[in-house]
Amino acid sequence: MKNQFKNLDLRKKPRIGEDAIQGLLFIAGILSIFTTLAIVYELGKEAWLFFGDPEVTLAKFFWTTRWQPGIGQFGVWSLVTSTLITSFIAMLISLPLGLASALFLSEYASLRARSILKPILEVLAGIPTVVYGYFALLFVTPILKNIFGDVVQVYNMASAGLVMGIMILPLISSMSEDALSAVPRALREGAYAMGATKFETSIQVVLPAALSGIGAALIIGISRAVGETMIVAVAAGAGPKFTFDPFQAAETMTGHIARISGGDLSYNTIDYTSLFAIALMLFLVTLVLNLISQRVVSRFRERYE
Amino acid sequence: MNPTHNHFPEGPSFRSALNTRYRVASVWQALFFSALLIAIISLTALIYDIVDGAFGYVAYDYKKDPATFTSTPLEDLTREELLTILQANLSSGAYNKLNNEKAMETRLQGELYTLFLERLIQLDIKKTWSFTESIMRAGAIRTEAAEKYPAAKLEFRSWLTPQFLTSPMSSKAEFAGVRTAILGSLWLVGIALLFAMPIGTGAAIYLQEYAPKNWLTKIIQTNINNLAGVPSIVYGMLGLAIFVRVLEPFTSGSLFGVTDSNGRTVLSAGLTMGILILPLIIINAQEAIKAVPDSLRQAAYGVGATKWQTVWHHILPNSIAGILTGSILALSRALGETAPLIVVGASTFISVDPSGPFSKFTALPIQIYQWTTRPQSEFHAIAASAIIVLLVMLLTLNATAILLRNRFQRKY
Repeated sequence: MKNQFKNLDLRKKPRIGEDAIQGLLFIAGILSIFTTLAIVYELGKEAWLFFGDPEVTLAKFFWTTRWQPGIGQFGVWSLVTSTLITSFIAMLISLPLGLASALFLSEYASLRARSILKPILEVLAGIPTVVYGYFALLFVTPILKNIFGDVVQVYNMASAGLVMGIMILPLISSMSEDALSAVPRALREGAYAMGATKFETSIQVVLPAALSGIGAALIIGISRAVGETMIVAVAAGAGPKFTFDPFQAAETMTGHIARISGGDLSYNTIDYTSLFAIALMLFLVTLVLNLISQRVVSRFRERYE
Repeated sequence: MNPTHNHFPEGPSFRSALNTRYRVASVWQALFFSALLIAIISLTALIYDIVDGAFGYVAYDYKKDPATFTSTPLEDLTREELLTILQANLSSGAYNKLNNEKAMETRLQGELYTLFLERLIQLDIKKTWSFTESIMRAGAIRTEAAEKYPAAKLEFRSWLTPQFLTSPMSSKAEFAGVRTAILGSLWLVGIALLFAMPIGTGAAIYLQEYAPKNWLTKIIQTNINNLAGVPSIVYGMLGLAIFVRVLEPFTSGSLFGVTDSNGRTVLSAGLTMGILILPLIIINAQEAIKAVPDSLRQAAYGVGATKWQTVWHHILPNSIAGILTGSILALSRALGETAPLIVVGASTFISVDPSGPFSKFTALPIQIYQWTTRPQSEFHAIAASAIIVLLVMLLTLNATAILLRNRFQRKY
């Protein structure tokens, strides 16, 4: 009897094929880390070359307001202000509208109404940004000109910002709606039992409970607005300009990268490296915003279970 | 019951307060709804604006009288007649150049007719009107055209024609088409998908099925979520630095004996796009794999399957519809993405079809961008037509994704 089990080996069999496959899958998984490292390395390297140029100083970069690398002017603020203005206008539109539509969809709308209204937002979200650029330049700008008269330039930050707001609205709306519908029903029932109206329940009970998710939506929205390129490249104007007047043309960071890199660009020139310095700034800003947003969601989420 | 013991508030002041609360509530409800209304209006305005641009009256005339070339009415010209006219009147240099692009003998009547209009009688657009103007003020437009451009012909036209879909790029709006751009876009998303789908699916399988719960896995996951939020233009810069510049021998094809190109090829752009959609594909595939119930895994392990056998025979077949749907959605993102292509160096004027991964290229969104930023209104009209083409392509893709999802989605 005992002989029968003599050769039985209960150790794990070495399976080379299995290990190889696991190795390949691991490489696929780790590749995304290399993408990030490559972004940081390449942007960092060229930005280092840029700041290593004897003409460029950090003080010049951050404390002057004219950007023209070709003639030794490196004030990045003229690009940053227009990015801030267009993003600010975009958030001014998309935050209240997105939040309001999320409240309507999650608290008021019937299932039927939702099934009609949500796809409209999804279509808005799926339209390529260059199409929004066309819309901004050829529809919104003429309307702004009609309303405000000749103070509105053909290329201006206001129309780019407005259209960007419409573009970001679905994002804010769907993220906020997710946060709102994650609030447990018991909270609403409790409020109704106390005699609160639907509006009071939504604003005073559901909204505060979903605040972290909405905060995350806001931050992601800002990060999208800062990184958005085509709308501003088409509608906000070509040429950096230090101005706070939204009706003027001014180039944003992304718009500048798109315009300069679209032309004939030779490697190892100050124009080339300066683009990477701007891109590095963009990358860092959006990275920090995205990290904050993820942190906000996981740290401040109200837990009910 | 004694009214003083009634716990429910009553009386006119309470009533009026309650009514105010109801009023406030209904006003706000209307306000919330109006936010959605604004979204609907914006979408309508956008679609209206595009349609408005793509159709309408156009006033044009001929720089040279057709009668100087032929006595036959323009509509009745045959292929052979056109061929002789072109041969006789084009300079031999121009004729040979055209012949080299595509042999004249093999061109169809329509193509030759376009050449005839473009090169010989030189159709010249004076003014274009939008669709709304054309409908509302048809009479006024007719008188305006008759006064200002007495020699010009007025014609209501759709800028989106079969010819628009099949002609290559041209410097004249009325002859330009999106053929090169559509082919470029298809090459681009094809390469992106070939690159990103296997890797993305592999990464998702690793993260869902193999990865141990440790700091490295956590970093990979956070990193993927972050990459999904990186602005597309930053990917463009990455593509410019890595694919166009560092890997130029590979992406230009000089490693493979191609000599006439630099790194700004459709391959570079496709790989850049692939990197861009990779995080989206991973996240979507992870969701699809997550939806496969654990009981399936346990059953497979129970009968002695190895990990890979479980994945290959049970998890993948049960999640492939979700993975495909996610990939198609990522694809539609790549199709509409413009900024990275500008940075990587799409050619803005190119009239030759892309012939392989090492060709120069243009893409549909690039053409839209180019035409939109031109000052002349006839270019806005063809930009609008190109937008319609792009939107129809996106709609088809998304509809396919939805169909796939509904058809193959399994419920457990």
